[in-house]
Amino acid sequence: MNTQQAETALAEELRRIAPDVDVAGIDRDGDLREEFDIDSMDFLNLVTALNKRLGIPIPEPDYSRFDTYGGAVAYLIEKAP
Amino acid sequence: METIHKRLDQADRANLGDYEAERAAFTWDGARALLDGFPGGGLNIAHEAIDRHVASGLGDKVAIRWIAKDESRHDFTFADLRARTNRFANALQSLGVRKGDRVFCLLGRVPDLYVAALGTLKLGAVFCPMFSAFGPEPIKARMSIGEAKVLVTSEALYRRKVAGWRAELAHLTEILIVDANGAAPEGTRDLAALMGATSAEFEIARTQPEDMALLHFTSGTTGRPKGAVHVHGAVVAHNVTGRYALDLHPDDIFWCTADPGWVTGTSYGIISPLTNAVTMIVDEAEFDAERWYRILEAEKVNVWYTAPTAIRMLMKVGAGPLAGKDLSHLRFMASVGEPLNPEAVVWGNQTFGMPFHDNWWQTETGGIMIANYASMDVKPGSMGKPLPGIVAGIVEKTGDGVREVGRPMVIGQLALRPGWPSMMRAYLNEAERYNKCFVSGWYISGDLAMRDQDGYFWFVGRDDDVIKSAGHLIGPFEVESALMEHPAVAEVAVIGIPDEMVGEVVKAFVALKPGFEPSDDLNLELLGHARKRLGPAVAPKVIAFRQNLPKTRSGKIMRRLLKARELGLPEGDISTLESDEK
Repeated sequence: MNTQQAETALAEELRRIAPDVDVAGIDRDGDLREEFDIDSMDFLNLVTALNKRLGIPIPEPDYSRFDTYGGAVAYLIEKAP
Repeated sequence: METIHKRLDQADRANLGDYEAERAAFTWDGARALLDGFPGGGLNIAHEAIDRHVASGLGDKVAIRWIAKDESRHDFTFADLRARTNRFANALQSLGVRKGDRVFCLLGRVPDLYVAALGTLKLGAVFCPMFSAFGPEPIKARMSIGEAKVLVTSEALYRRKVAGWRAELAHLTEILIVDANGAAPEGTRDLAALMGATSAEFEIARTQPEDMALLHFTSGTTGRPKGAVHVHGAVVAHNVTGRYALDLHPDDIFWCTADPGWVTGTSYGIISPLTNAVTMIVDEAEFDAERWYRILEAEKVNVWYTAPTAIRMLMKVGAGPLAGKDLSHLRFMASVGEPLNPEAVVWGNQTFGMPFHDNWWQTETGGIMIANYASMDVKPGSMGKPLPGIVAGIVEKTGDGVREVGRPMVIGQLALRPGWPSMMRAYLNEAERYNKCFVSGWYISGDLAMRDQDGYFWFVGRDDDVIKSAGHLIGPFEVESALMEHPAVAEVAVIGIPDEMVGEVVKAFVALKPGFEPSDDLNLELLGHARKRLGPAVAPKVIAFRQNLPKTRSGKIMRRLLKARELGLPEGDISTLESDEK
């Protein structure tokens, strides 16, 4: 998976959870939960959706890789088959 | 499920050793005598929480250990807290804030929140915490109803959630920014600069036990949020219930994971641990299983008070992150927010060598009312027995009132005999709604429950349409009102859908106006619209379109019927149904 594909997957799944937030306007290195105003449940839903969409298992110890938007993109590229 | 029996040595070191004996000997006057008070009968929560300990030589003891998002630790001693809260009280006074004025707070779990809470109480003003995940509308509604005079917040929260409408609130005169760094936005003040210019000495207001101290908002089925009024005298209950139900001992390290935006995070995340002079842990970050286990180990937490949603998330993660962790300091674990399922109690016992002790109370009760105790056998799934000083019963409706149900395991309203110190004294400016809570000499909780032959209480459900998600009450009306503001929405009904992780999730059923067609894009637009106004804690997680919602003859939407159908339950009495769902 290239950067563009990872970005698209993350942005689309985030839009399904927080459609009020424009991805273009966020700080990619800021706290992901704050940038998108999502709570713990939204976060779990996001991880589940990405797992389903991309077929990548995302175990709990890796959740900290999703602390920022940029970090999440890097993680998805790294783990994609 | 099998009863979890306690050992004698567990009872021996518990504050509440023998339930029946303690209950028989207990008086509220005795509980009052555990505190200082002022000569002549005055009482102030902040004096009991801070200054009294400094005067008795505990000034150097760590009162709050704050763990920042980056996991750096910052200690605040009782003496630090005394000076900071004095400065905050002086700062408020310099702005003309007076006794009884309402000071609202919209912050994450940062040290300034704790200073603001206790400094406000020192002045005799009223503290009202709000959850920082609220959106602009819940914030505005609460500040409007509560006639906020001051708001303490951060620059980011102010710009995102308050700046757009602040001029609409007539009472709101001061906005204090905790992280302004010398450059507060126009129309606000830099709190640090203000506090720096004041004295670290302050004479605490000689408040009376019945003076208003705290305002906590909660939700009903209909109407606007209700502001439950609590008084300084509530500290008698905050203090003694911490000893009984959380088994707080003076040398304990205590961690309450609740946010002070909700009543648990104030009563047991600020007041009770401080009045009991324990060291309390505050974690700025949100739930993270690995981080939580690191904190429990590194801080040597003895008593841990958390919530069912968090416990179920920990169960899901499994024991992996616990490998190699030394949690031998942990002595007592408790849970509140919604009923803790028996599996979670048993999982706690297997995983930590002790069960989670469920307890029950509400915003209106101000403190723990029914609990499982360190010394008492635990029946997994039960909320336990009433605290010393608390009389609880199961009541059923009669023609003109209620009467207590004597027989065991009969479902009825969970009710309490009024008169305990932390009982709400009013819903602010809503006498009628307040009076409705009291029938035939009982406070009616709105929860349905049963009592077994041994006196243990068992939660059954809510008696109204209020939604309980992740332990927080959400009023369907507040959510429906926000969705109704969207031009495409003709009618809407909001219900809670059972969810094994968070209890219930908020789901909205929407019927569209002519000219609008259901679509994925419109669904997301409505979701975004609701989130922008309500914030993630209150907004629906799921929206479904309907052509028509089931209504009574008088046009009232039948949420109960929608819910029964959603869950595949019997529809019950539908004789009043006039216009059915399509």
